[in-house]
Amino acid sequence: MSMYSKRMKFLEGVKAGLPVAVGYIPIAVAFGLLSKSLDIPSYTSILMSLLIYAGASQFIGINLLVLGASFGEIIITTFLLNLRHFLMTATLSQRLYSEVSKSWRALLSFGVTDETFTVSALQKAEKLSEYFILGINTIAFVSWNVGTWLGLFFATSLPEVVKASMGIALYAMFIGLLIPHIKKSKPVLVVSLLSMMINCLIYWASMFSGFSSSWGIIVATIVSAAVGAIFYSKGEEQV
Amino acid sequence: MNLIYLVLAMAIVTYIPRMVPLVLLQNVSLPRYIKGFMGFIPYAALGALIFPGVFNSTGASHLESAIIGCSVSILLAWWEMNLIFVVVGGITGAFIMNVLF
Repeated sequence: MSMYSKRMKFLEGVKAGLPVAVGYIPIAVAFGLLSKSLDIPSYTSILMSLLIYAGASQFIGINLLVLGASFGEIIITTFLLNLRHFLMTATLSQRLYSEVSKSWRALLSFGVTDETFTVSALQKAEKLSEYFILGINTIAFVSWNVGTWLGLFFATSLPEVVKASMGIALYAMFIGLLIPHIKKSKPVLVVSLLSMMINCLIYWASMFSGFSSSWGIIVATIVSAAVGAIFYSKGEEQV
Repeated sequence: MNLIYLVLAMAIVTYIPRMVPLVLLQNVSLPRYIKGFMGFIPYAALGALIFPGVFNSTGASHLESAIIGCSVSILLAWWEMNLIFVVVGGITGAFIMNVLF
């Protein structure tokens, strides 16, 4: 591929990733604000966005940290939370040209999120250029980190009521990702409702018995996904 | 200093599930049950991530703003609006409720 067409593919990717980048700003700002308001040192939040680069993990991470969870608990929760990326990157590996090297694949995998994966996977072309995916991943990564800095920088100047309201940003994103799939698929509706119910039950039970509710998300996710796989995996293609 | 180790460990366990399939599973076909299980993971995780966490998301004693923000987001998502509108709508709903009450 010529230098020119590499650059064109990269810029195409940047363009395709723009909605993700725009959507990341309020969420990353909310992350910066929240971690600041929870007295997490700024360098920790900055490093999280640079090295972890996963919204849900970062939010859950700082929440667990403030709740006094052990490092082991936080790391296992993070790992289980990110297991979902296994299938995404497995899918994505089929869409790359087979000659794309392992080091390129290792680089691209760092930028795979629920959102960048969705944008990549929904492209009409059967095979995707590594430069195209790099473009999507780059714009999303830059926006996530800029947003984090904005959140940390403005944390003290924004009124309390705005800060409190932004706490809902991540949940709104989760809702925005989930609802369209619930509309289209009954198995998805059943599995996500079951997971909500299990997590709520564990959460409420933990308030009475004193065990940590941070395992709730993991248990609810594994149990309801397994139930879904048992009852709905017989058909030809998945959800 | 301890926090840096935590961040590094979180970074590693986040990177592994992203990297391993993309680099190693290139031509391997997984059993159907495992595929099904993994296919449901995002939806199961999203369900558990949303409830009951969303009710505490706008701060203690702000339950009503969380419910309003959440409802606005569900409505916008149901109409399949762009994700950015779902997020901004949720924040705006929670904000209005927080200002009014």
